[in-house]
Amino acid sequence: MQTIYLLIVLAPLLGAVLAGVFGRQLDRTAAHWVTSLGVGISCLLSLYVFKHIVIDGAASFNGTVYTWMISDGVHFEIGFLIDKLSAMMMVVVSFVSLMVHIYTIGYMRDDPGYKRFFSYISLFTFAMLMLVMSNNFMQLFFGWEAVGLISYLLIGFWYKKETAIYANLKAFLVNRVGDFGFLLGIAAVLMYFGTLDYAQVFSNASILNDQTIDIIGGQSWSVATLICILLFIGAMGKSAQVPLHVWLPDSMEGPTPISALIHAATMVTAGIFMVARMSPLFELSETALTFVMVIGATTALFMGLLGLVQNDIKRVIAYSTLSQLGYMTVALGASAYAAGIFHLMTHAFFKALLFLAAGSVIIAMHHEQDMRKMGGLRKYMPITWFTSLMGSLALIGTPGFSGFFSKDSIIEAVGQSSLPGSTYAYVAVVLSVFVTALYTFRMYFLVFHGKERMDEHTRAHLRESPLVVTLPLIGLAIPSVVIGYFFVGSMAFGHFFGDAIFVLPQHDVLAKLSHEYHGPGAMMLHSILTLPFWLALSGVVTAWYLYIKRTDIPETLCRRWSFVYHIMLDKFGFDRFNEIFFAGGGRVLGKILWKVGDVFLIDMLVVNGSAYTMGWFSGMMRRIQTGYLYTYAFAMIIGLMALLAIFVL
Amino acid sequence: MNFEMPNFLLALPEIFVLGMACLLLLIDLFLKDQDRHLTYLFSLFTLVLVAVLTVYGYSGERQISFNGAYVADGMSQVLKLGVYFAVFVVFVYAKDYLRDRGIFKGEFYLLGLFGMLGMMIMISAHSLLTLYLGLELLSLSMYAMVAMQRDSARASEAAMKYFVLGAIASGMLLYGMSMIYGATGTLDLSGIASQAATADKTLMAFGLVFLLVGVAFKLGAVPFHMWLPDVYEGAPTAVTLYIGSAPKIAAFALLARLLGDGLINLHDQWQGILIILAVLSMAVGNIVAIAQTNLKRMLAYSTISHAGFLLLGILTGTRSGFSSSMFYALSYVLMALGGFGMIMLISRKGFEGDKLDDFKGLNKRSPWYAFMMLILMFSMAGVPPFLGFWAKLSVLEEVVASGMIWLAVVGVVFSIIGVFYYLRIIKLMYFDEPASEEELECSADMRLMISANALMVLGIGLFPGALMAACAAAFSTT
Repeated sequence: MQTIYLLIVLAPLLGAVLAGVFGRQLDRTAAHWVTSLGVGISCLLSLYVFKHIVIDGAASFNGTVYTWMISDGVHFEIGFLIDKLSAMMMVVVSFVSLMVHIYTIGYMRDDPGYKRFFSYISLFTFAMLMLVMSNNFMQLFFGWEAVGLISYLLIGFWYKKETAIYANLKAFLVNRVGDFGFLLGIAAVLMYFGTLDYAQVFSNASILNDQTIDIIGGQSWSVATLICILLFIGAMGKSAQVPLHVWLPDSMEGPTPISALIHAATMVTAGIFMVARMSPLFELSETALTFVMVIGATTALFMGLLGLVQNDIKRVIAYSTLSQLGYMTVALGASAYAAGIFHLMTHAFFKALLFLAAGSVIIAMHHEQDMRKMGGLRKYMPITWFTSLMGSLALIGTPGFSGFFSKDSIIEAVGQSSLPGSTYAYVAVVLSVFVTALYTFRMYFLVFHGKERMDEHTRAHLRESPLVVTLPLIGLAIPSVVIGYFFVGSMAFGHFFGDAIFVLPQHDVLAKLSHEYHGPGAMMLHSILTLPFWLALSGVVTAWYLYIKRTDIPETLCRRWSFVYHIMLDKFGFDRFNEIFFAGGGRVLGKILWKVGDVFLIDMLVVNGSAYTMGWFSGMMRRIQTGYLYTYAFAMIIGLMALLAIFVL
Repeated sequence: MNFEMPNFLLALPEIFVLGMACLLLLIDLFLKDQDRHLTYLFSLFTLVLVAVLTVYGYSGERQISFNGAYVADGMSQVLKLGVYFAVFVVFVYAKDYLRDRGIFKGEFYLLGLFGMLGMMIMISAHSLLTLYLGLELLSLSMYAMVAMQRDSARASEAAMKYFVLGAIASGMLLYGMSMIYGATGTLDLSGIASQAATADKTLMAFGLVFLLVGVAFKLGAVPFHMWLPDVYEGAPTAVTLYIGSAPKIAAFALLARLLGDGLINLHDQWQGILIILAVLSMAVGNIVAIAQTNLKRMLAYSTISHAGFLLLGILTGTRSGFSSSMFYALSYVLMALGGFGMIMLISRKGFEGDKLDDFKGLNKRSPWYAFMMLILMFSMAGVPPFLGFWAKLSVLEEVVASGMIWLAVVGVVFSIIGVFYYLRIIKLMYFDEPASEEELECSADMRLMISANALMVLGIGLFPGALMAACAAAFSTT
């Protein structure tokens, strides 16, 4: 099996290297063939592993492939931990990636950076697989940073576009903040456990009980809380949780396939995956869990609200992604890790679908992304329309669709949680059901229904996208609709993940819920009697009323509530705050350090001073090196005398 | 005096090299100049065969023969193989260079083989006498090699300096040996080790200082280094390559035999001397290298600084310290071969590519070899994941383990200063405009060898375990 695991990660890497390094020797067709084949092999083998581990119930695999070095007893290794959690993630990652590869063939057809693009996305697949398959913190960090790097490269893929460069820099910097916390967390793990291996850390997790550490100010902190919050800060950066979410909407400057692959389906879920993987640690600290839950709930509600005022089709989906990531985070905080991961999976399919559908619309509209200039596209693009509708229904949690099962289990689980902050979280996630339905169907109606607001030229060229584009849409639409139905029983309420996820009995909200669970059909029937269903329905109706029936109302609302509207347009001021406080403050601090520290202390005293000293010294040595034999012999004798004087006399 | 039959089989590699060198001497006499490549092939063949002999002739345990004058152990096996490899690479690199300059004679290969025989004897020496014998055989061969380009004034001058200073150093070494013999009454290294505790302290200390001065000269440690830049620069590059590579392994063996096998009980005394030599070497080597414009001279100073690092491991006096130094010596030789090899790659008929400026814009002329040079320079600077990083790391680890953190800090500071001049070459190659657009011309074996050389630096850097284990094993049996 180890060969298969190796093959799964190496196949995309090989594709990336071939397309990237030997790009000049390959033509465009060859470039997309090698990369797609590599990812295709990965996907097939992942499915095989999934069958092997999950369906046949084989034991999970935990082994080291290569030891890089051993320093002070700490092993730095590359190894795989393949259990049900990673097997599922591997399938999601490689399947979505394969769909995106195929889609890209159509979407990027005329782009000059075609081969570079394929090389990047294959490389991304490699890094993401390394991340999810890792059995130790170092490899996790490697994958973590590698996906971050590739995300940076891809957001700035059109590197001549000013906004893209701004966005990728922003994403990179914000992620550094998160990674800083993450790295500290890993360092703390190493400090207390003396190892980076998951299995060893988790089996000894209990040694953290009641341990405290003094941080500046003499405050005593529980070590478990500290480690978990630090690790979670990493997750906040990568999974774009408030307040480190600011990079994700801007990342939409990258090509659409990237938004689908990296900024919706896979990379941003790395944080969720990581927390679920670390469940044995997080379970030790209720403080950390509360922290996670509150952050998640805030993200879920408030980022969803921002989706209401966006006009760029991709940005609406981006805010929706933020909000859904918030849902997953809430689930983690409520110790319903399985539900969080379940939502991660369903979300990966329907969100990738929505993004790719948006991309299809954008192609048809000649790269126009403003929804106010669309409308009535339903009759021009039937496949895109239908798959979008499926994705939207899944997103808002229509009973029967995949999103319903995962989202509903999260809401129920939060309702059961008894941690501090769970009431707030419950209110937030329930309210955001309405918000989700509203912004999703606002987008849907604005794009596919209503008046055709585009200009004549665009309208004349409107047509359905080619097969390479629509095929992935269909490929993603099917799981978006059905996958929840099949997996809800085992994944959310059953023992799908087995030992991969650890929950303390007193936290186990999903176990409580599972007593009331009587199959997916009953769950659907029951939901009609619950608040979320009616909130979602009213969201859809409101959207229909505002954007189809009485299109004048939104404008009136904006005028009458202009204060609120502007706060929302300003994204609650996060960007402005960061720009003034962090960027501005950073510049002021930098200037001080530059003037005093760099120019004066370092340049003048240290660098020029030391360079001057060095120059003087080497000049002197050169003078001593006269080239005359007797000087050399003399130096030897002096040296001998000196040594004799020191060591004998 | 009882006379027992020595175990000749043990010294078969040495005897074989001697026989082949003598045979080569005869054959070469009858060769015309255009058939000289037969000498070349014959030498390479000798090296391959002797490597096979060494590997298969070793029983796996430490054996002493020739009345305690000769030893075969794990260390001697690994170091000898390192020497064969280095000399092999030198011979391959040197061919084109020598031919272009009209000195493609049998002497180079002959003297090279005799020098190598000297190194082998040093590596396997188990008495002061054999050590000295090997050392002189090596030194004499090298003096002659430096002088090989008779009509070059610089080479003759360098040879002269080298010879005179080398003679002084040998004299001191011999003087030190005689004192140690006087104090202990034996030449045998294990005999010295057992007598050292009871011998006259002052006499031993005198002997030790003289001995170490001689060794420091051979190693090129400051303040006994002054011959080194002049000789490196003056000698034909092919000879510099020879001097700068394999003998470093032999010099390590000299130290390990003398200090590790013989004088380990005087560790407290020689440690101080080695600390002084190491710090001075790292300081002078790294700082003066900055001011050089000639690459051969720069590499000479870099050698001096690496000698300092080599001493760091030895001065801990522990087995793991010796093995880390051994790893350092082998790694350094691999990098030095590549570094000097690159100079020879750049050189052509009538043009010595030994100025720093000759490397300007190499990336435009040949991206592949620029990349190879990049690997070598990064490795010498000690940047991970290249081999040089592990070498430095393992030595510094040993220094820290023996409690001399300040010394490790000094080592790190000087190696950071050293990074400057290695990076400057990379900057020249990648960011400056080339001075000439000419294609690099050299034969296929050279191209292949230098690529393999640089890639080995990268490859062993990625998988350093095997070589490290070999070095550790070499010192676990003794």
